[in-house]
Amino acid sequence: MEAIVDLALLTLLAVLAVGIVRLRSLFGAAMLFGIYSLLCAAIFVVLDAVDVAFTEAAVGAGISTILILGTLSITGAKLEVRHARPLVPLLITTVIGAALIYASIDMPLVGDPAAPANLHIVPAYIEGTATDIRIPNVVTAVLASYRGYDTLGEVTVIFTAGIGVLVLLGHSRRKRKSARES
Amino acid sequence: MEHHIVLRVVAKMLIPIILLFALYVQFHGEYGPGGGFQAGVIFGSGFILYALIFGLQTTKRVLPAKVVHIMTGLGVLIFAGVGVFGMLRGGNFLEYGVLSADPVAGQHLGIILIELGVGITVTFVMVSLFYSFAGYRQQKLQPSVTGQGDAGGNAP
Repeated sequence: MEAIVDLALLTLLAVLAVGIVRLRSLFGAAMLFGIYSLLCAAIFVVLDAVDVAFTEAAVGAGISTILILGTLSITGAKLEVRHARPLVPLLITTVIGAALIYASIDMPLVGDPAAPANLHIVPAYIEGTATDIRIPNVVTAVLASYRGYDTLGEVTVIFTAGIGVLVLLGHSRRKRKSARES
Repeated sequence: MEHHIVLRVVAKMLIPIILLFALYVQFHGEYGPGGGFQAGVIFGSGFILYALIFGLQTTKRVLPAKVVHIMTGLGVLIFAGVGVFGMLRGGNFLEYGVLSADPVAGQHLGIILIELGVGITVTFVMVSLFYSFAGYRQQKLQPSVTGQGDAGGNAP
């Protein structure tokens, strides 16, 4: 059953990706990107990563679609068709894709308890969450407590990104005043 | 978009539910999926939906840009402040166990506070991003009427 769901979701993902590449209307592509993110979120749910799925659905399908549409309203929603030769990009994509698939053969199976990622420090986190922190969601315990320093870094990155956009796009008081005088 | 009556009515019904759901995700993050980051995005999108339907100027009367800018920094300050407070109480930076007499209660307090910090920063960065994009468009499309824009006009 899970294999059928996986297959259906991945097929839809591939179809959508081709559709996005072939679409000339950027508005349509932005909407398809939202659906793409929602499908990714569904795949994460199948993989039992509900927190990641939640983030993907909220950020990928929600906010980033709005921000892409906001950008389109500034820049225009039509793609300029340039007749470049697609051979070199196609070659690079094929080679890198083949290398990634070749590398994935060596990877441990999803959820394999003997995988290195599940043996290193994860058992200590899972046991520590039950004894030291005593909250049911291990993801929150790792994110907020064990890796609190990393999360502080992430929040600082979001803050810095917000400041950056504000500097680039937000109209300063000086600009507004000069517009009012002229 | 202010003349679409269906959109206006549906948005008015949905926005309180969106904000309530965001608060649920924020404070239920220890028990179910979610947490400050997801809650912040949902809370911010509630305001963005309001701005899309009722116009940027109306939203700025509810949530002035200055408040948004201050709150953006406040979240990071709460997060780092919890860390420094732990240091003042004799622990390491971001060690929550020392925040309360009982280490487990301290962990809970620390996690709730830093998740709140994450939620506040993410919410207002999202709103600030939308303000920047939408404001840039308004400024670019009608540079001569920026002076009248504050008088309560809606987004085109």
